[in-house]
Amino acid sequence: MLDSLLKNVEARTGYFGAYGGAFTPEILRTTLDELIAAFEDARRDPSFWEEFRTVMQTYSCRPTPLTPLKNLSEALGGPAIYMKREDLNQTGSHKINNVMGQGLLVARMGKKRVIAETGAGQHGVATATMAARLGLKCTIYMGAVDVERQRPNVFWMERLGAEVVSVEDGSATLKDAINQCLRDWAFSMDDTHYVLGTACGPHPFPQMVAWFQQIIGQECREQMLAATGRLPDRVYCCVGGGSNATGTFLGFLDDEEVELVGIEAGGEGLDTGRHAARLAGTDGSPGVAQGYKTYFLQDKEGQMRHTHSVAAGLDYIGVSPILACLRESGRVRYEATTDGEVLEAFQTLLRREGIIAALESAHAVAGAIREAPDMGKDKTVLLTLSGRGDKDIFTIAEALKDPGWQRFLQRKAGR
Amino acid sequence: MSVRTYIQSRLGSRKILLMTHVIVGYPSLDVNWRMLERMEQADVDLVELQMPFSEPIADGPVFARANQEALKKGLSTDQYFDFMARATERFGFPHVMMGYYNTVFRLTHRTFCERLRAAGGAGFIVPDLPIEEYHDLFPLSESHGLTPVALFTPTNTDARLVEIGRHGRGFVYGVARRGVTGKRTDLKAGIDALAARYRAATDVPLALGFGIAGGDDVRQLHGSCEIAIVGSALLEHWENGGEEEYRSFLEELQKARF
Ligand SMILES: Cc1ncc(COP(=O)(O)O)c(C=O)c1O
Repeated sequence: MLDSLLKNVEARTGYFGAYGGAFTPEILRTTLDELIAAFEDARRDPSFWEEFRTVMQTYSCRPTPLTPLKNLSEALGGPAIYMKREDLNQTGSHKINNVMGQGLLVARMGKKRVIAETGAGQHGVATATMAARLGLKCTIYMGAVDVERQRPNVFWMERLGAEVVSVEDGSATLKDAINQCLRDWAFSMDDTHYVLGTACGPHPFPQMVAWFQQIIGQECREQMLAATGRLPDRVYCCVGGGSNATGTFLGFLDDEEVELVGIEAGGEGLDTGRHAARLAGTDGSPGVAQGYKTYFLQDKEGQMRHTHSVAAGLDYIGVSPILACLRESGRVRYEATTDGEVLEAFQTLLRREGIIAALESAHAVAGAIREAPDMGKDKTVLLTLSGRGDKDIFTIAEALKDPGWQRFLQRKAGR
Repeated sequence: MSVRTYIQSRLGSRKILLMTHVIVGYPSLDVNWRMLERMEQADVDLVELQMPFSEPIADGPVFARANQEALKKGLSTDQYFDFMARATERFGFPHVMMGYYNTVFRLTHRTFCERLRAAGGAGFIVPDLPIEEYHDLFPLSESHGLTPVALFTPTNTDARLVEIGRHGRGFVYGVARRGVTGKRTDLKAGIDALAARYRAATDVPLALGFGIAGGDDVRQLHGSCEIAIVGSALLEHWENGGEEEYRSFLEELQKARF
């Protein structure tokens, strides 16, 4: 499916329509070329995909289940809703798909150290487990704001043996962690691989990350056919950098009758300016930063704006060039759900289906909840739950003003 | 006079030229002006004026923070070109724009070239723009009399150096080591061999920068290249010792040219 997307695009490598490319300092050129060669080699080797699938079956939980959400469907009075359970992966999110894939490439390239950025901490934890298992040194860069709001993940990364570096620059979130990784890599590339965590950054990262993540879409397609005998009418995914969304969408890209919907972080509302919606609404515009061309949240002169979302993993200025291209072609529709809607959707899923969603993933749930009542009962909806919410316990407990948890924190702090 | 002719003529009276660096808007436009006055006093040969960017991936901690502070104080593209116009009017050395590609992209290539020329700029260095992505920026810079400065880096293959070298105008910026700006470079470790690789890939004068931190470093480069570039070290001297230390550091650098 990715091949069909790539075939569609102009002959320039690493471009999806007008977006993508590799805008990095020349110092990274040779390393990126080596990575392109290693990836192309692996991509053409049929045993590599088999090896990847085996790793994901034996180390993670692939294929992850497809859960029918009967209670939610009934409550909304709308279509049958099915949920792809990426939360049941090793380390609790889809991030591990890309991480283990890149881990296999690292082994092929013979590098000894990995670095990664992380927002929610999910990609950082996934990378730290991969490094532990493959015996690699590991450094994780994380914005200081995210270190604060995702403390449990920091704890696990450090216990796994990774060095976690808190980044104070800029807005101290995901984008600043990416800058720091690029700076580290500009020095360390001989023995170090940069495990970029989403379908963004310079070529070949968008293509490579999407290629690994398409395992989600492939499984979804088979599972939907097995469960319902047909393809879903609509697919919802949350969009941060865009890796779980591209991975899922790739399973249905050539099926024109399947409507694809990407849900971005609406934060406090698109009209407040405090959000992270680059493709939904009209605040995003084309630009070049962090090694690639895409839609960014920036001012007129191209300085990046501060973004906002209750979900650290969606709180980012840019978005996958693949998704930018799919917006221009009209293949994917983009919407945004607000922090408030997301917390509500989180609780609905919790109470009705007993599933603890990551706040990132709850955006997709909120999107489906908003639109499903307008769809016929004979329709089917697929939504990807990209991760589980255990990591968000502090943020969620605070937002819900949970009294027992507040007393617990006070007691702990008083000790 | 073209940048290249200017460089050749200056080399008649010194072993190496000195290119210094200012991040426009940091610590303030007033201080930037005083920095340029001190540079003129030290008879600096060329000056880079950096347009700040919110995601400066090629810059180390000192410059990254300076970029951020300048933007926090509200530095705009208009103010940048305005400052450059005043500077080129007042000071005789060529002024080269340094900045990230998004600034150029958002203005469009044509408007960028028009505004840079109107401000009296001599050329531009855009470290995150590989030569493949210049497209009409090469012909546009030529028709506007601007010098695009390509970059060589130590990790480039010889074939790639030749490809970049073919696009060399005015001078080529040779990066002296891996990593980002700021960290001190050990010039004893193989700089001659690196300069020779760079030299073999281009006909235009060669500048070397990244981590050049004092007069001894500049002297070490005699014979290896035509221009020594000093950036972060200068800013650190202002931050540590103010104008007086800045002045005496420039004096140390300027003497090391002979
Ligand atoms: C659980 C979860 N979902 C989604 C995302 C967003 O990333 P992407 O858009 O690349 O899937 C993150 C990122 O940290 C995440 O942790």
